[in-house]
Amino acid sequence: MQISARHSDSTTIFDVSGDIDLANSPEIRKALLREVREKRTPRVVMNLSNVRYIDSSGVASLVEGLKASRDLNLRFILFGLSPSAREVLQLSRLLKIFEVYDNEDQALSS
Amino acid sequence: MRYRDTTGVSLPSNDGFLLKLELLSDPKLLSVVRGALERLTEVFGFSPPDRRSVTRAVDEALTNIMRHCYNGQTDQPIELYCRRVPPRSSELGDGLEILLCDQGPAVDPAKLRGRRLDEIKPGGLGLHFIRQSMDIVEYQRVGSANQFRLVRYLRPSTQSRTP
Repeated sequence: MQISARHSDSTTIFDVSGDIDLANSPEIRKALLREVREKRTPRVVMNLSNVRYIDSSGVASLVEGLKASRDLNLRFILFGLSPSAREVLQLSRLLKIFEVYDNEDQALSS
Repeated sequence: MRYRDTTGVSLPSNDGFLLKLELLSDPKLLSVVRGALERLTEVFGFSPPDRRSVTRAVDEALTNIMRHCYNGQTDQPIELYCRRVPPRSSELGDGLEILLCDQGPAVDPAKLRGRRLDEIKPGGLGLHFIRQSMDIVEYQRVGSANQFRLVRYLRPSTQSRTP
């Protein structure tokens, strides 16, 4: 798994690639919480286009990012969900909880 | 999840298994097992969504073993056995049975219930994913080992092919 960040005025986009599982979800969690709690970036966007698989620990990291954002009235957005990632969020009944878009253009124009 | 305490029952022999893996409890190996399961479920004849479901269930069960049975130790043994089992009803095809064995302390069955999903909070989703994905989910203590048994049957819409 690799994660990198792109920054603009009020937005940070995390580009994630590879599988998110127990081996690397702590890294995702750390990056997200730093961006939200320490930097207080108004809009944090997760580009999951190149993520084929997310396990429950990865979902938990995303939920932590979402909750931290909500606590600070910030936005937390996902886009580019693979079938597997979408299934996992549906199974956990979280798909409607997250702000989800198909692609980056839609996510940034929202 | 059904729970049986069958102390003294031996683990199955190697005969008849489609796949047997021995791995350490290192999370970096989860992707290796997922790769093997993705291919095995494809060869077995599962549909793409069912392949993802079975692979996810095994991945989550292994994650639970690594986190809870071995408390994050990365050098402990885990064994995984896969074999074909006959249909349990005329509406279903053959099943893929997956046995996961570890040498950690006995699991408290009360902790195998998972959590409710009506609360938005991190954690506790793995068991829910396993139950959603598999037709049979059982745990038993076998001597000094924990044994998790997962079975998923082929649906009529999926074509079974003998590996």
